[in-house]
Amino acid sequence: MPDSSFAIRLIDIHKSFGAQAVLRGVDLDIERGATTVICGESGQGKSVLLKHILGLITPDRGRVLVEGQEINRLRGASLNQLRTRFGVLFQGVALFDSMTVFDNIALPLRERSRLSEPEVNDKVEKSLQMMDLWGSAEKFPGQLSGGMKKRVGLARALQLEPDILLFDEPTTGLDPVKSHDVYQLFFATQKRLGYTSVIVSHDIPKIFNLADKIAILHEGQVRACMAPAELQRSRDPFVRDFIIRVMGRAYQSSYESDSD
Amino acid sequence: MGLNYKVDYREFEALFEGLQKLGSLGLGSLESMGRSALFLCFTIRGIFLPPFKLQPVLRQIKVIGSGSFLVIVFTGAFVGMVLGLQGYYTLSKYGSSSALGAAVALSLIRELGPVLTALMVIGRTGSAMCAELGIMRISEQIDALDCMAINPYRYLVAPKLLAGLLSIPLLTAVFNVVGVFGGYMVGVVLLHGNGGAYMASMRASVAAIDLKMCFVKAVCFAFLLVWICAEHGFWVNRRSWGFGAEGVSRATTSAVVVSSVSVLVADYVITSFML
Repeated sequence: MPDSSFAIRLIDIHKSFGAQAVLRGVDLDIERGATTVICGESGQGKSVLLKHILGLITPDRGRVLVEGQEINRLRGASLNQLRTRFGVLFQGVALFDSMTVFDNIALPLRERSRLSEPEVNDKVEKSLQMMDLWGSAEKFPGQLSGGMKKRVGLARALQLEPDILLFDEPTTGLDPVKSHDVYQLFFATQKRLGYTSVIVSHDIPKIFNLADKIAILHEGQVRACMAPAELQRSRDPFVRDFIIRVMGRAYQSSYESDSD
Repeated sequence: MGLNYKVDYREFEALFEGLQKLGSLGLGSLESMGRSALFLCFTIRGIFLPPFKLQPVLRQIKVIGSGSFLVIVFTGAFVGMVLGLQGYYTLSKYGSSSALGAAVALSLIRELGPVLTALMVIGRTGSAMCAELGIMRISEQIDALDCMAINPYRYLVAPKLLAGLLSIPLLTAVFNVVGVFGGYMVGVVLLHGNGGAYMASMRASVAAIDLKMCFVKAVCFAFLLVWICAEHGFWVNRRSWGFGAEGVSRATTSAVVVSSVSVLVADYVITSFML
């Protein structure tokens, strides 16, 4: 019987590309309905881990369980059925550059739902309004700013009302105001739809306020996975060092004064 | 008394390295062939997967068919004209300029029409097809389709294959007709040959088997060029030439070269079977 409190379970994942071992035994459980942030320095395999969850990469060893099903063993219709429960916002957004914003958002509905064209139009128009993209419907991705592209990507990812939403560096390349807007939008939709979200980010400390759990990936392993408050109180030297390095001395002094 | 040989294994290092490279090359080629064959199987399967939509096929017909129409008309006209010119002077030497129509029509229908149409479409559309899919791959658009549970073979490649199979035989027919008229313009209008003889010799010599061969070649070439060009772009990340803009540019060059050579090889094979 799969444990129903976890939407995703990564068990002893190993992955190498040629001689380079990227993941060396990753174990991570992602709680249903919660926001889990995977952080770590660049080149630690965060995006590779996300692609394992999506079934785009097969691990050399280990198992990836999504909703109790081993995604790499699924084929055809059952894999498609599982994937319709995913929404993904890629690092580069991956919008279809030969399609307008409207068509990009409408694509999952036209291809994966039985909605009629007027129903699709209605739903897409609502999304455009919600994402504050009204007036950009007929533009092409190349004509949009970075923040607008992210919002289009988020709108597209939400069209099929997914149970699990995966974000790969959602605020990379955005200024602090736009990053804030993207996070606000993301949490507003999560509150409404209640999806499980996995965010790969190094947008620390901003992400600390928004995450339920933070997993730190280092040298191909998850070195810590806990709530932000626990992480801040942790006495593990690695975690302390990581927190101090990414959050600076200001955090260190508050930590020390707390512990005194 | 024992034999006392000292084996210096360093002498064999070069040999082992050579064998290793050979093995790696062989495995790489096998992998590449397998991937290519699977790509074709998945694409053909994609044609029969629902939802069936006509619009993507029509859009591709517009790109491959209508987009190449003018190029094919120009190429067909000038190839027909040069055949008319060369044929007229060569046949005149033997007093058989009345056979010009037959010479032009048979050259076009049996060989030049299907081959040159395919080569022009490779240059114009095959390269674009490869670059488009390659860019989609490196910018994660194909991964995004996978994640949305939209089969990329059905959505991206199958319409291209169907459009190619429909458009290229029609473009070949256009090439032939325009070429025959090009030959007529030079042989009859410009060089004052006999127009009646031109048409009569053409009608007398062109048989159903010639048209059949032309059609079979056009369909096979369409199949080959879409398969090779689309596969090169679709799996640009799986090749040794790397990821990114350079990878796409090298994939496009390779797609044009490999598909052009394949068309010429297939032309010989089909001709040898059908003659």
